Amino acid sequence: MRGNDTKGSSVSERVLMCGNEALAEAAILAGCDAYFGYPITPQNEITAYMSRRMPEEGRVFVQSESELAAINMVFGASATGKRTMTSSSSPGISLMQEGISYLAGAELPAVVVNVMRGGPGLGNIAPSQSDYFQATRGGGHGDYRTIVLGPSSVQELVDCMSLAFDLADVYRVTIVILADGILGQMMEPIVLEKKPRRKLPSKDWALTGAKDREQNIVRSLWLPEGRLEEHNRKLEAKYEQIRKNEVLCEQYKLEDAEVVVVAYGVAARIARSAVNRARQEGMPVGLIRPITLWPFPTEQISKAAEEFRLFLAVEMSTGQMVEDVQLAVAGKAPVLLHGRPGGGVPTVGEILDKIKQLSVPAKR
Amino acid sequence: MIAETIDELGIRGRTIGIAPVGCAVLMYDYIDVDMVEVAHGRPPAVATGMKRTNPDKIVFSYQGDGDLAAIGTAEIIHAAHRAEQITVIFINNAVFGMTGGQMAPTTMLDQVTATSPRGRSAAEQGYPLQVSELLATLPGTIYIERCSLHNVAEIRKTKKAIKHAFELQVEGAEGLGLVEVLSPCPIYWRMSPAKAMEWIENEMTKVFPLGRLKG
Repeated sequence: MRGNDTKGSSVSERVLMCGNEALAEAAILAGCDAYFGYPITPQNEITAYMSRRMPEEGRVFVQSESELAAINMVFGASATGKRTMTSSSSPGISLMQEGISYLAGAELPAVVVNVMRGGPGLGNIAPSQSDYFQATRGGGHGDYRTIVLGPSSVQELVDCMSLAFDLADVYRVTIVILADGILGQMMEPIVLEKKPRRKLPSKDWALTGAKDREQNIVRSLWLPEGRLEEHNRKLEAKYEQIRKNEVLCEQYKLEDAEVVVVAYGVAARIARSAVNRARQEGMPVGLIRPITLWPFPTEQISKAAEEFRLFLAVEMSTGQMVEDVQLAVAGKAPVLLHGRPGGGVPTVGEILDKIKQLSVPAKR
Repeated sequence: MIAETIDELGIRGRTIGIAPVGCAVLMYDYIDVDMVEVAHGRPPAVATGMKRTNPDKIVFSYQGDGDLAAIGTAEIIHAAHRAEQITVIFINNAVFGMTGGQMAPTTMLDQVTATSPRGRSAAEQGYPLQVSELLATLPGTIYIERCSLHNVAEIRKTKKAIKHAFELQVEGAEGLGLVEVLSPCPIYWRMSPAKAMEWIENEMTKVFPLGRLKG
């Protein structure tokens, strides 16, 4: 058991680490040049770990004076072509919304980790999934999207880090990784290894000093008539590419399912156990687990809704992801919700009870 | 003057400038170095991200009084506090110019602005903020000077101060350098350009005394 004493794992070692520290080490392996962050529960292990490990690797760590400052430090480092990230939890992510909007407008790559806690307002420090809207619907001002990843195990969280940095560089977008208080604290055995990178475009737009070339300008202001509309369409075209190419989704025991549970992150782990129990009792239940929350696996869910089924969204909120399920199902089947907000965590038993309660309509 | 300094020091190839929200937001159209446009008040944080990851580059910001002394006070104080090795040019014209002349933290008492139509009152709106004095108390600042543009002699001093601030960064001095420049805004002061210059010389310098405060 290596946990806190890991000093840069060698390739393919299995180590036991908590989610927060694992994602930090994974970011280092993915080549994160700079980490900027501020203390907030339940992700303080990330700032502490980074403050120790980044200087060991000759990389940059700064504890900023606020989350507002942290996201702007990310903006600065990214503008010079570096791989950079920050992490926070719900209220801190609220403070970063302006910065994320600017990152989107200026087309700068960045990775933002949200270890979600209960809200709104000060809320509590228990896990939740109530920032789904904030992450997938913008949160900041203007027409933009961020890729949103919802890992459901510490290994998946680790794998998300290198994926996130690659996607950020390929598309020049911000990636939001939605973890939560459970995932951040839980310890699981993981494999930490340097992953091969995707083919990355050159960062010839980066601010590196205009030596022997024209000036580069990183901007999001476009005042001349029609110019911003043009820019917005360019961004939208990029988001369309992402929708086409980057959806990640798991489909579990779906073949003959009549009830489909839709869940992500920690809620999906619990839901999977409920699905397994239901199957043991002879009920045809399956699970669709989005891994990219944006782009949402709309096609997969829409296809599942072609067979007459019933959808049960399980999430730790009063109902946010369920709206995307409704949009995908487009009225072809009933969509219900089992939601636990404010730090509440659903049990396998209560999800199973909900599944049993649902009257399964006869097949068409 | 900034452009001249960059040319004189031969650093165009490694200089990055930060233009925030405000009158200077389109600075990249006027100065031919790598530039970034950032949110209101955030340049010192953006500069921190840039300089920490690229210590060999010369990073400067060009900020107005609304930007640096209102929304951006946390960022400038903490960048100074951390002794970030950057150069800040702080243009103080006692109003929010870009948005139509609203009261700014450096607006003088009794000054009439779009949001102090009866003149700034200490009781209602507080006193003008002396940024240079404030920052000079922080150990992380290595050079603070306040200059003015109200006549040719003062303009020459401003150029010297700007150049000194950039030279310090080129030499790798371990701290933040800031030059505050009292600058006229005839339109929103509702004065002729000549009267505006007089107002700086006779009135502004009483509250914002010129000179080298540190370094």
